[in-house]
Amino acid sequence: MSSQELRRKRLDRSINVRSTGLYALSSYREMTYLLAPRLLLIAGLLVLPLFLDLYWQRVLCAAAVFAMLALSFDFLAEYVGLVCLGGALFIGFGGYAAGLLNAHLGLPPAVTIPIATVIGACLSTLVIMPCLRLRGIYFAIVTFMVPLFARNVIVALGLFGSTEGITGLDTLPNTWVEQYVILSVVLVTLFGIRRLVSEDVGLIMMGIKDNDQAVLAAGVSIFRYRVLAVFIAALIGCFAGAYLAHLYGWLGLSLFAMDFSILPIAATVMGGMGTLVGPVIGALILTPLSEALRGFGQLRVVLYCLILVLFILYKPEGLMNVLERKYHQFERLEKV
Amino acid sequence: MGAEVLLDVRGVSKAFGGVHAVEDVSFTLGRGEVMGVIGPNGAGKTTLVNILTGFIKPDSGRVLYKGKNITGMAPNKIANLGLARTFQVMRPYHSLPTYKNLIVPLNSPRIKKAAAGKLGDLDSVAIDILEEIGFERDARVPYKTAGSLPLGYQKRLELARCIALRPEVILCDEVFSGLSMSEISSMIPLLEKFVMQGIALIMIEHRLRELFRVANKVLVMNFGVKIAEGRPQEIMKQDEVKAAYIGGERSK
Repeated sequence: MSSQELRRKRLDRSINVRSTGLYALSSYREMTYLLAPRLLLIAGLLVLPLFLDLYWQRVLCAAAVFAMLALSFDFLAEYVGLVCLGGALFIGFGGYAAGLLNAHLGLPPAVTIPIATVIGACLSTLVIMPCLRLRGIYFAIVTFMVPLFARNVIVALGLFGSTEGITGLDTLPNTWVEQYVILSVVLVTLFGIRRLVSEDVGLIMMGIKDNDQAVLAAGVSIFRYRVLAVFIAALIGCFAGAYLAHLYGWLGLSLFAMDFSILPIAATVMGGMGTLVGPVIGALILTPLSEALRGFGQLRVVLYCLILVLFILYKPEGLMNVLERKYHQFERLEKV
Repeated sequence: MGAEVLLDVRGVSKAFGGVHAVEDVSFTLGRGEVMGVIGPNGAGKTTLVNILTGFIKPDSGRVLYKGKNITGMAPNKIANLGLARTFQVMRPYHSLPTYKNLIVPLNSPRIKKAAAGKLGDLDSVAIDILEEIGFERDARVPYKTAGSLPLGYQKRLELARCIALRPEVILCDEVFSGLSMSEISSMIPLLEKFVMQGIALIMIEHRLRELFRVANKVLVMNFGVKIAEGRPQEIMKQDEVKAAYIGGERSK
């Protein structure tokens, strides 16, 4: 039989029926089908540090920080309709808040990180609030500028150690704590946000993204929900910032670096917009990749960009969307 | 009419650059009244709705709702007072299942206050409302994504979102347009039911024959100006209205 007489037929498993209601609980097979990918992710992330040496464990921590930022970017962009390039702002505010609390008040990291997360998120929200009426690219540009502004204010006024920053902050007890703190927070945030977007609050935010005028006509203030969404995203980013300051035991201007705003977008595009898991996986691939390419010296950025471009060209819907589709699909050959 | 005045519009005007979209329009609307707003394309009908619901701030004039000045208030605040609207170009939340579209108005301060926390499961409230609006024919329809609904259902969804707000006035921006005769015939009793419940309607329409079956007064606009107001049976006899509609010269 020649290959021309056959064609590949793809069938979708109807996931809606499987994941809702009692049907999902009706057999172990169904439960495994739904739980396997989730458990794989959780177990994979928790086991990963055991197989890495000290250097790569550090890289993993940095990757997890970017995963948090990518998650916050994806949430705002795909579930609220705000393209926010404020990653650097969140990291900066969170990092400085934690560092200053530690350096001046002598509070331990276990206290500074939670407090800095909240303080940083409040400040970030206050700063972003005036431009919440802007849309699309205009909002993106303003959020991109704010970290640069904050950076220059710190230098111009000589605040918080100015260009030198503050060194000698307390670090976390050991590398295992360092890794498992951030990895477990990534997982909790991931599943928390997934839950949030399916609650009423999340639906209203989706409504604002789909159609803000209709939300207004329904008597719901879009401003209030946008503020709430930015605050949630800022909490995620500021936690990452506070953690980063204690990871390196140092705070300085590079906490406002543009990388924190740009890399999460790359991770989100690669991982799959709107999937929430995708950006996390994207960040966990891209950050180590950038480290692995260090051996190429100047060519590093070229290769890095090349990989991104190839990805956008050939898998524009992102890794997670492709994987998800494959997982819910089965193929068989069929006679034409 | 002796009914309580809900809406009192006094000389509202709005110009976009040199174009006078709405110029010095006044009218009143009583409880349970149905007012049709007709006029050629570009007459300023939708702009008028946008002014009443706060989406556009008028340059001059006042809008009173139950005696309260609502001119220039934010659209969500006006909606919370009980002034609901549909959109001419339908605006469902495409990616959400149809019944989830009603979760947004059901979360508005107005409904939360009215129900005082005793609304129960919002999903089932939403399904009930959809049923009331005429989604009962196919039990699966409320669960489909709103973007995939056929036109007739999308129009009904627009109305359902208004009803979810428990409004006192609904501004319908061309709910009949694009519908078949039979779809319109099934929608008219629905509108009549709202009126029976004491809701006042303002209906922008091009389908005059159908409009005149429900409306008890009609306001005619052309070039942003109110050119006539009166009972549906009499209004079409006026020369100026005829001219505007049949395409004759605008009387000077």
